[in-house]
Amino acid sequence: MRNGSERGILRMKKCRRCSKPATLHITEIRKGEVVEIHLCEVCAKDYLSQSEPTDASSPDFEFEKFEEAADQLEAIDDPVCENCGITFREFRKNGRLGCAHDYEAFRNDMIPLLENIHGETQHIGKSPRRSAGTSTTQNQLVRLKGQLKSAIDDERYEDAAKLRDEIIALEAELKGDTAKTE
Amino acid sequence: MDLDSLTQNVSEWLRGTGPESDIVVSTRIRLARNLAQFPFASKATDDIKAQIVGQMQSVLVDLPISKPLSWIDVEALSDVDRQFLVERQLISRELADSAWPRGVAIAKTEDVAIMVNEEDHLRLQVLRSGLAFDDCWEEMNAIDDAIEERVTYAFDDTFGYLTACPTNAGTGIRVSVMMHLPALVQTREVSKVFNALQKINVAVRGLYGEGSQALGDFYQISNQFTLGMSETQIIDKVREVIPMILKYERKARAEMLDAKRADLHDYISRCYGTLCSARKLSSEETMQLLSSVRLGVNMELIDNVSLQTLNQLFIQIQRAHLQKLKHIELSKTERDATRAALIRQRLTDERKDSE
Repeated sequence: MRNGSERGILRMKKCRRCSKPATLHITEIRKGEVVEIHLCEVCAKDYLSQSEPTDASSPDFEFEKFEEAADQLEAIDDPVCENCGITFREFRKNGRLGCAHDYEAFRNDMIPLLENIHGETQHIGKSPRRSAGTSTTQNQLVRLKGQLKSAIDDERYEDAAKLRDEIIALEAELKGDTAKTE
Repeated sequence: MDLDSLTQNVSEWLRGTGPESDIVVSTRIRLARNLAQFPFASKATDDIKAQIVGQMQSVLVDLPISKPLSWIDVEALSDVDRQFLVERQLISRELADSAWPRGVAIAKTEDVAIMVNEEDHLRLQVLRSGLAFDDCWEEMNAIDDAIEERVTYAFDDTFGYLTACPTNAGTGIRVSVMMHLPALVQTREVSKVFNALQKINVAVRGLYGEGSQALGDFYQISNQFTLGMSETQIIDKVREVIPMILKYERKARAEMLDAKRADLHDYISRCYGTLCSARKLSSEETMQLLSSVRLGVNMELIDNVSLQTLNQLFIQIQRAHLQKLKHIELSKTERDATRAALIRQRLTDERKDSE
């Protein structure tokens, strides 16, 4: 067993194209074989701007696979709001959120973002007379109603029945909440 | 509401009265709110936006507040009418330029305006003449409460009122003061003041004109952050910087009077003379002239025109206002002539009144 630092030095790979240290390492499984590709940042950029590969075993072809893998990784790592369908990347690109539920769906990312903008993350000040719970419940209702419609369209009647029960329960909860504040 | 009738109207907040009205034209408070059961603007279909309009129209028109509100369907308006509302500061440029179901509910006195389907579902606005934070907030707060009785706002215990843009989350409040700072512009000290403000997170921008240009020497001072402080704390933060700006502007004005009173008096009188006699005036030139005359009135160098008239003229000489006055489309040349005629008329009437 080699110790950590030795392993670190031994692990430093060279770019398969030039001999600079590789900073991007891709592990690929092709036809049951595990292939490792190592590239430096410059060569990575270079490969990304190249056109269609001709040879299945050429470095260009492997590089296209890298591009696909990177895209897939990004997609996996991009949270989505189940209420309105917006992805976090989409939000960052446009600067506008899709619905109130986004603050919950992207909670872990919103906190540092708000800290960045306002220097604070906890709201102090006015709140609506009706509880915040009502607001989230309303949100959930919108989502469940959408799901109910799809279930009925797809003839998934068991699912539809379950959803309908959930909706009835939430609406009763809402009525209870409103009654409390009056 | 009949927009043509508005042209005859004298907006409450342009009265030119209120505390510090020599420099402070108006105080404005705006709240951003969203309804809990609909997606935000970017993900709301036109159908949903129409639903929001339908719901809010009936809520706002029947709102039990001291000033009854009238509904204006902005989608159905002509471009000129939309531009007219923008010039009167009743709707934003963004609302005017959008292409989906949207509207605004306004009070006849024009000091309350509630936009529907702008960046957020609701943008509530209250205006006051001069420096009037508490009065403004009291009315804004009451309106917010009245609306919230009838709808459910999107709200989170941690993040506060939820807005489409995180820069507005939390209180959703924007507190702004519109100030006339011709002396600071003249002595080129304006950027010094603004740098000082930026350091304490107060935002400044020129009101008219592109980029850093501030036609007419009008500037808007407002809060930068909306989360982590209460509404009253944010109001106080803006309130605190005003005395400093007032002091600097007044000091610069006093220095100008000291150094070159005769020159200043001559210059301002010529500006007034041009406004009284010119046959064509571009909007840029007019803004400059009006700004100098307004300074002259505050410095008591001339007195044949009131602050109220001047404040109103800044709005009435704008493009859509002139067009609505004439009821036909005007070319630039015709606008410049109409503008000059309007000003000549108003200034003559004013002189007659004072005799």
